Amino acid sequence: MASYGFRLNGRGVSAESWDPAQPLLYVLRNTFNLHGVKFGCGLGQCGACTVMIDGKAVRSCQTRVDRVAGHAVTTIEGLGTASAPDRVQAAFIAEQAAQCGYCTNGMIMTAAAFLAQTSKPTPEQAKQSLAGNLCRCGTYTRIVRAVVRAARA
Amino acid sequence: MIIDRRDLLKAGGALIVGFSFRSASAFAASTLPGDVDAAAQRPAPANGKPLDPAEVDSFLAFHADGTVTVYTGKVDVGTGLRIAVAQMAAEELGIGADRITLVDGDTGLCPDQGGTGGSTGLTRGGADVRQAAATARQALLALGATRLNRAASELTIAGGEVRPIDGGNGVPIGSLIGDRRMAINVDPKAPLRAPATYTTVGQPIARPDVPAKCTGRHVYVHDFTLPGMLHARVIRPPAVGATLVSVDESSVRAIPGARVVRVGSFLAVVAADEWAAIRAAGALAAKWSDAQTLPGSDGLDRWTRAAAIERDQAVVTRGDAPAAIAGAAKTLAATYYWPLQSHASLGPCCAVADIKDGGGTVWSSSQGTHGLRANLSRVFGLDPAKLRVVFLDGSGSYGTNGGDHVAADAVLLSKTIGQPVRVPWSRQDETAWDPKGPQQLLDLRAGLDAGGAIVGWDTQMWLPTQTPGARALLAADAAGIAQDHGQGAGAITQNGDPPYTAANARVLVHWVKEAPLQLSNLRAPGKIANVFAVESFTDELAVAANVDAVAFRRAQLADPRALEVINRTAERFGWDTRPSPRRSASKGARLTGRGIAYMRYKQAENYVAIAMEVAVDPQSGAISVTRVVCAHDCGLVVNPDALKNQIEGCILQTLSRALHEEVTFDRARVTSVDWASYPILRATEAPDVDVILIDRRDQPLLGAGEAATAPVAAALGNAVFDATGVRLRTIPFTAERVKAAIGVGTA
Repeated sequence: MASYGFRLNGRGVSAESWDPAQPLLYVLRNTFNLHGVKFGCGLGQCGACTVMIDGKAVRSCQTRVDRVAGHAVTTIEGLGTASAPDRVQAAFIAEQAAQCGYCTNGMIMTAAAFLAQTSKPTPEQAKQSLAGNLCRCGTYTRIVRAVVRAARA
Repeated sequence: MIIDRRDLLKAGGALIVGFSFRSASAFAASTLPGDVDAAAQRPAPANGKPLDPAEVDSFLAFHADGTVTVYTGKVDVGTGLRIAVAQMAAEELGIGADRITLVDGDTGLCPDQGGTGGSTGLTRGGADVRQAAATARQALLALGATRLNRAASELTIAGGEVRPIDGGNGVPIGSLIGDRRMAINVDPKAPLRAPATYTTVGQPIARPDVPAKCTGRHVYVHDFTLPGMLHARVIRPPAVGATLVSVDESSVRAIPGARVVRVGSFLAVVAADEWAAIRAAGALAAKWSDAQTLPGSDGLDRWTRAAAIERDQAVVTRGDAPAAIAGAAKTLAATYYWPLQSHASLGPCCAVADIKDGGGTVWSSSQGTHGLRANLSRVFGLDPAKLRVVFLDGSGSYGTNGGDHVAADAVLLSKTIGQPVRVPWSRQDETAWDPKGPQQLLDLRAGLDAGGAIVGWDTQMWLPTQTPGARALLAADAAGIAQDHGQGAGAITQNGDPPYTAANARVLVHWVKEAPLQLSNLRAPGKIANVFAVESFTDELAVAANVDAVAFRRAQLADPRALEVINRTAERFGWDTRPSPRRSASKGARLTGRGIAYMRYKQAENYVAIAMEVAVDPQSGAISVTRVVCAHDCGLVVNPDALKNQIEGCILQTLSRALHEEVTFDRARVTSVDWASYPILRATEAPDVDVILIDRRDQPLLGAGEAATAPVAAALGNAVFDATGVRLRTIPFTAERVKAAIGVGTA
């Protein structure tokens, strides 16, 4: 079984996988017990599985584990905790920008990567940045508000 | 102590120690060091906590530290039910909502209050808890009276203490009853706190689950694991009704640990490694019989009209509608159609089951855990007393999605192989195999008098029939296990008549024998399509009378609560009073317009009005919704921010359904199976939503998970008509359909 070394939420880790094509999603959830990242479609269509690799928002369901070797992966658990949330998480909490919350991981990770590139987005830019992330509960207006709030934090 | 779900699971054992006087060991938390998920196995009390809704202890546990655990059979599916029920209990008990922990939907701990549906989470679930808390309040006052040597009438409860109204030392409720049973029945006459004195109900207290959801720590059923658990994937047939002819197990031999499980035509793979299970499900070579049993979705409206009718049923008969219409000064008729739609949960359903010794535990996101337990026991030959269904959050379900089916998959697999099994569905299976909201075909006719008032109204609706019995579970059918084959999609005939003062009205239902696909309740069952038809047609009548849409409705309403939601909506929206369509609309440019719709939910509950502004591109047919205003009256408001979140969600989700959604299928299978073939609303299409809450503290509270969905499609269609002069009567309003309609002037 091959072993793949990468950085995960700031520390060096090594993951074993019998299949180099195993998506990062399952490695994060099952090897590292990081359940914040969610399976939504396995097709790269919904964004629920978004993580950051080297600071960029990436669909972990479409990312082979062997391609992650040597890179830096950040998951939602790596941003902050309920008692010490990062600014994006804090803004989502302040706006109560969740219903079922299943899309929230992807929304926050996409927004965090977006805000790292665009420090003062307009609401329209914030909306556009989330065009690839689906929310079935219809929480979009609060989510967009949260992204704008996070930018001001 | 409102705590997040993960903390709750960690604390699960400790939370019910209050009931463990006789068998403390039975309540100890399962303790695998550091394993949060294992701690979620809250053991079911054998002879401890009661579940009978007649007893206070079924709903409430008082702890020595002054905290209280509330147990409810209703579940929070992202709706804010947990905080709202906690607020209702806290208000009666004179404690802060932060002192309450809520456990929902665990059949081993929570009383059966019926499934979570029909917007009954607070009206039944919350109200039962409130009455138990009001009963407990009287008992606490009596205990305090003894302790303080004062008359109970001289005491109150505040800040977690029973204390004299006129001041002086109090006694903490934890010291009066903590960790002991109340052992009293719920008193249906126990006095409730006067709404004028409320300090907790009515406050926008933050939901306890949101911080955990925003930091990746909230435990969904997808995240729950057990020691020794196998990951499974079920392979559904390529056609509805196809049977399994043969399986070549050698096709998955190269995949580590993969094992094939077959029971009749029920086919699955299991493996210790989830990715191995997924690869094996894809690689498994299986032969299935051919099946062509479906009518196909093309022309399903015509199929529905021509289908065999089981029976006709008049659900509303007021005066003589046909005669009134025949004698009217002006008559109108139109046909509306709403297609089959999917719950389309963002995360496919998942369940974990550990079945042994004729019972066991199922972890499920079902909206009806008690009902699921009864059905699983019956179908799979398990002892209901030994079977426990524990609710864990799923992806939003909006009714009965694939959750009950996946629970059955997990039970059958665990029972068959004798190990705990986790089964998540694929995206394609969730979108294809979740039970669907039914197609609805409506013929409307109405007559206006010379003054433009409605004198007669006739609605005829074609709906798939309701057959008693539980919905058949896919796993059991595939395995050849006898079971019920009930059919039902909820109360789908409601709101088929106008909410206006029409003296003559009839709603006639033609119950169609066959359903094209398995059906279930999908948010606001039936009402969304019925109000779409009724309120679009009302707009057509206003146009025929050459009267402004708001004025037309106002003139035929007497109920002040109805008038208030319409007036407040029109005022906030800046409604320009004039008949539709907008005369200034010029061909070729982007066309803008506004529409309004009103309804009273189930003709007996919430009052909702929605005004909408749209821009339509006549070249592409694309509709942009630019602004929405909604005034909402659900009586007493428990938590205004959580309520607004629900209303916003109702509106955006129904815009999605109205603009984009239709289940497609051929003769063999559903062909809308992912987000490309079953698209939903995106962030870029989401308008600003301005919600006006009308809080009526003197009125009973009403549920709010559904009502604001109902007027959305009509407000949208009415706005498109105002913009374009084209009336859209078929959902979804896809760009192609709108473009074609603008070309020929109707749809």
